[in-house]
Amino acid sequence: MPEDGLVWTGESYDNTSALGADTWRHVAFIEQRAPASATDESDAHVDALRWLMSSDVCKHCTHAACLDVCPTGSLFRTEFGTVVVQEDICNGCGYCIPACPFGVIDRRTVPDSSRPGIFAGAEDGRAFKCTLCYDRLKGGHEPACAKACPTQSIQFGPLDELRDRAAKRLEKVRDDGSIGARLYGEDPDDGVGGFGAFFLLLDEPEVYGLPPDPQTTTRDLPEMWRTAAFAAGALVAGVLAIVVGGRE
Amino acid sequence: MTPPDSRSAHAATPDSYYGRPILKEPVWKPQIPFYLFTGGLAGASGVLSLAARISGDQRLARTSLYVGLAGELVSPALLVTDLGRPERFLNMLRVFKVTSPMSVGSWILFASGGATTTAAVCDKLARLPRAKRAAEIVSGVSGAPLAVYTATLLSDTAVPVWHEARRELPFVFAAGSAASAGAAATLLLPPRAARSSRRLAVAGALAGECMTFAMLRRLDFLAEPYQQAEAGTYKRVATAATLAGASLLARRGGRSRPSAVTGSALILAGELALRWSIFKAGLQSARDPDYTVRLQRRRLRQNQ
Repeated sequence: MPEDGLVWTGESYDNTSALGADTWRHVAFIEQRAPASATDESDAHVDALRWLMSSDVCKHCTHAACLDVCPTGSLFRTEFGTVVVQEDICNGCGYCIPACPFGVIDRRTVPDSSRPGIFAGAEDGRAFKCTLCYDRLKGGHEPACAKACPTQSIQFGPLDELRDRAAKRLEKVRDDGSIGARLYGEDPDDGVGGFGAFFLLLDEPEVYGLPPDPQTTTRDLPEMWRTAAFAAGALVAGVLAIVVGGRE
Repeated sequence: MTPPDSRSAHAATPDSYYGRPILKEPVWKPQIPFYLFTGGLAGASGVLSLAARISGDQRLARTSLYVGLAGELVSPALLVTDLGRPERFLNMLRVFKVTSPMSVGSWILFASGGATTTAAVCDKLARLPRAKRAAEIVSGVSGAPLAVYTATLLSDTAVPVWHEARRELPFVFAAGSAASAGAAATLLLPPRAARSSRRLAVAGALAGECMTFAMLRRLDFLAEPYQQAEAGTYKRVATAATLAGASLLARRGGRSRPSAVTGSALILAGELALRWSIFKAGLQSARDPDYTVRLQRRRLRQNQ
């Protein structure tokens, strides 16, 4: 990923503006007009700001819509249960982008000099997202984000273990006064079958720009194919009725 | 919407982070709404051509075969140029996945395009009548799936106005493509030879308008993007042109060639505008986090 200009926007400390496939920034500061902690209840603090953290880490959904809809087989499920784009296969059809309920995956638009022939120097054109550092996992390392985080806010490990750890941490955070705290994406029965990367949020998901009830769109695909079959049948029946049935 | 009680009263904005999108907007270019039209036209023309052959209307069968051919030739070009990596278009036929309407559709287009082209070449050269017959059957059978699968493709996304329209959108596309195929044949044939195609154009146009109306009704607040901004403009043009064209065809299309041509052109323009409206409404609803949040909050309340 080439350097993208080091442009800060004027939105306070939120210098990320938009996380996606064209930037090396994948963590956002979320500004919220709220006291830093609920124990701070004096009126003087009502206008206070607190800072939350978010990122566009791929949720590595148990039922991943991006993977389901990928027409080339470029997106695949790895041996670690993560979802990864094979960049040597992706043809940039863009279907995974609206399939993702989190807006994680996107098409990279920065120029790519390695493209062949007349396309040399044209925009990259392929879909990119977090791989949970597939290369590092294969080498027995944890993902770079977890490794780099100095406060262990980003943790990596077996999901069950992380769920236990998160439940304990949630209890602690709530006891400390953050009554709005909740886990997001830890439930294997949610609309995407549980996230491979889940969050401890201090408020509603919308505050972070996350969807409150994400669903894998392909859950409804059997119904959608049935409807399409009916519609195709109706088209044939209608044409036959008018053309064959209506002849003089 | 009413914020749930647990929500902090201090949230930066009630339903999103400063109105920033939750979804990434589809990156598809204008080729895609054009393809929604040309694919539908090609598919329904294949069906119409075969039906005309069955009924013994050779002139209509031939006309629709060539309309279908035009659609089948334009469609892959539109799709390939829309890719981020056009040089890798053949990767579309690398796998077959029922979970991906785009994969299924690529194979349908491949089969349908091959069959229609074969039939048209045999027809032009007046040779291989049995191959032509077989190709026409394949073209007719694959035509309806080709006309309809694009609705499933759009619905199979997280884009609120497309996913929630999943029950009506295939019928909107089926009716609209029938109208397009009928109108295209009516445009090219003299009125006395265009009786069937004219009826199909009018019936398809009216059925499409009804299905679109039903779709917007059931979409509830998600019908807003279809009525606003660019999508709204396309929708109004679509309704006006389709109904005007159908009315003109029904009243005067059988007697006057200019009326038949004008009416057909209006229906074709209306159907194209409708596909643009649906496409743009999807982009608009993806851009605005409010639609995603309201839909999901309503679902959470209903499931409680």
